[in-house]
Amino acid sequence: MTQLLQAAIIFGTVILFGAIGEIITEKSGNLNLGVPGIMYLGGIAGLVGTFFYESSCAEPNVFLCVVIALVCSITASVLGGLIYSFLTITLRANQNVTGLTLTIFGSGVANFFGGSLNKLAGGVGQISVSATSSGFCKTLPFLRNVSVFSSLGFMVYLAVALAICATLFLTKTRRGLNLRAVGENPATADAAGINVTRYKYLATCIGAAISGLGGLYYTMDYIKGTWANDGSIESLGWLAVALVIFARWKPVHAIWGSYLFGILFWVYLYIPGLSRSSMELFKALPYVVTFIVLIAVSIHKHRESNGPAALGLSYFREDR
Amino acid sequence: MNKEPFIRISRRDDLPIWKAWLIRIAAVIISLILCGIIIYGLVKLNPLKVYITMWQGAFSTEKRCWITIRDCMMLLCIGVGLAPAFRMRFWNIGAEGQILVGGIATAACMLYFKSLPTPLLLLVMLIASVTAGALWGLVPALFKARWETNETLFTLMMNYIAIQLTSFFVSKWENPYGSNSVGIINRTSQEGWFPSIFGQQYLLNVIIVMALTIGMFVYLKYSKHGYEIAVTGESERTARYIGINVRRTIIRTMLLSGGICGLAGFVAVAGASHTISTSTAGGRGFTAIIVAWLAKFNTFVMILVALLLVVLEKGAAEIASIYSLSEYASQMIEGIILFFILGSEFFINYRLIFRSKAKEVQA
Repeated sequence: MTQLLQAAIIFGTVILFGAIGEIITEKSGNLNLGVPGIMYLGGIAGLVGTFFYESSCAEPNVFLCVVIALVCSITASVLGGLIYSFLTITLRANQNVTGLTLTIFGSGVANFFGGSLNKLAGGVGQISVSATSSGFCKTLPFLRNVSVFSSLGFMVYLAVALAICATLFLTKTRRGLNLRAVGENPATADAAGINVTRYKYLATCIGAAISGLGGLYYTMDYIKGTWANDGSIESLGWLAVALVIFARWKPVHAIWGSYLFGILFWVYLYIPGLSRSSMELFKALPYVVTFIVLIAVSIHKHRESNGPAALGLSYFREDR
Repeated sequence: MNKEPFIRISRRDDLPIWKAWLIRIAAVIISLILCGIIIYGLVKLNPLKVYITMWQGAFSTEKRCWITIRDCMMLLCIGVGLAPAFRMRFWNIGAEGQILVGGIATAACMLYFKSLPTPLLLLVMLIASVTAGALWGLVPALFKARWETNETLFTLMMNYIAIQLTSFFVSKWENPYGSNSVGIINRTSQEGWFPSIFGQQYLLNVIIVMALTIGMFVYLKYSKHGYEIAVTGESERTARYIGINVRRTIIRTMLLSGGICGLAGFVAVAGASHTISTSTAGGRGFTAIIVAWLAKFNTFVMILVALLLVVLEKGAAEIASIYSLSEYASQMIEGIILFFILGSEFFINYRLIFRSKAKEVQA
């Protein structure tokens, strides 16, 4: 049971980052389907940055490794968010299509560098950053012997903290209120003197930075500082989009939601007597649960639990 | 002081078609130059030579030409399937899943009904795959029509159910045991495979997809249904006002859209790979969305866009194998080119007016 919970929390943290970022983005009315791509970008940038640092010096400083990974990851994710914002907000391209393109682009960039970086740098074999990974996997000293927490890196707690901060920001601050206004009705927000474009840009880029951390956590902690071309970041990214719906656009709900998704994803290992084929059906559980929530939310039209009203719609002042 | 903004943006509808295409072609060329610079920066190869290699990768031999055509047809088929849904502004992101269930249905028929004579078997496979895809498209349509459930997210979820369903059937049908793949179905007897026409293995794919392309063009442009789809897409309220049954239009269109995507699964399994796996759709359901959108639902323009993307993919795979790089380079290049084409639409739909120029107009 402890094992399942631990696996669930580690799994959940990846999508929790993705979901918090996407919630902030969606609150501005931008439905960014590029989350998987941004998670790819964040993951690979952290890996590439620390790869160069680790291969340039014999005794890499673990703390510096972690800082480099975070900085590279956030920079790359923000760039991804900027591409999306520029195309959808300034150049008024369609959000869904731009998001999907960003996902294609991000997965291409990440898998290209993940697969060929070692060759480009003149080395052989799989790319690996052990020092950085050890930094990310380090557990909190006072929790080392407490069963569930015994193998959780610091980013698990960072994700929870970010979720709480995001909730406080959205519900308790004036800027959070403005942001929600932009997502609900940009024309009204504009009339009230809120700079819609700036809020949309900032929310999308900050959201992207947070989503990208999910990719970083995946590469550094989940698969221990290597790269796998198996497309798992992409499916985790879509799961993050699902989690946004499941959490009904509230970051705090995303915390337990993400762990629940983790349990649902891994539970097939703990049910005795499953054949290999029925295990595959069990892996669809998180999506089935999301369906139920999505349908329930649309049947009970609670204003509170629905997504932002202007989600997915572009706003052009003169089109009113 | 009330100063005029430096740049103003105004909508324009009067751009001649040739100018619009000039802008699009310019966008593609600029993006290709940018990609060339990136390639040069990474591997220090002459970009021009790289593009020639890419061209060869897609067209240098007859076999390669046919594979390029086959993959182009596949992408086009999905794009054609998505066109009516997108025309209606129904965001069917679920093509991936609809292809997979169509593929599962096809593979099931190939495995269980192989004693039927070939024409009959192909017909059964066709019906089964279209039905499966249509049902997969029907579910989100019903919820959208009844409760306005967000179809973007709904169809996205349906993809993953379909992927897990495919994994389920793959491990059920796996051959040989323990390989975790279905292998080539009916390898020796070739039951349920598309027959060669005039000695060309993939000609039937081309015939089916081209028929669909022309049919869909006529359907969207000249039929009453096409008109209803267009009006519903532009404004649901207008549609209701002029007496269109919006719910029925949504459900009917998604049955059609899902059905054609299911048929794409049939073409992919029976006409190309002869196997089923989770990569049978392989992201094409997503790429086709971009194809359909960029072509503005004109199915003939889709041929061009699909060809561009497939040639890029084949070319990048060729570069990857020659210079032993990761073949994901193609996705990276594809992403950059699509960004540019998406961005170029702005300059087709809008005009930038600079401050000084605006004064001249006033004067």
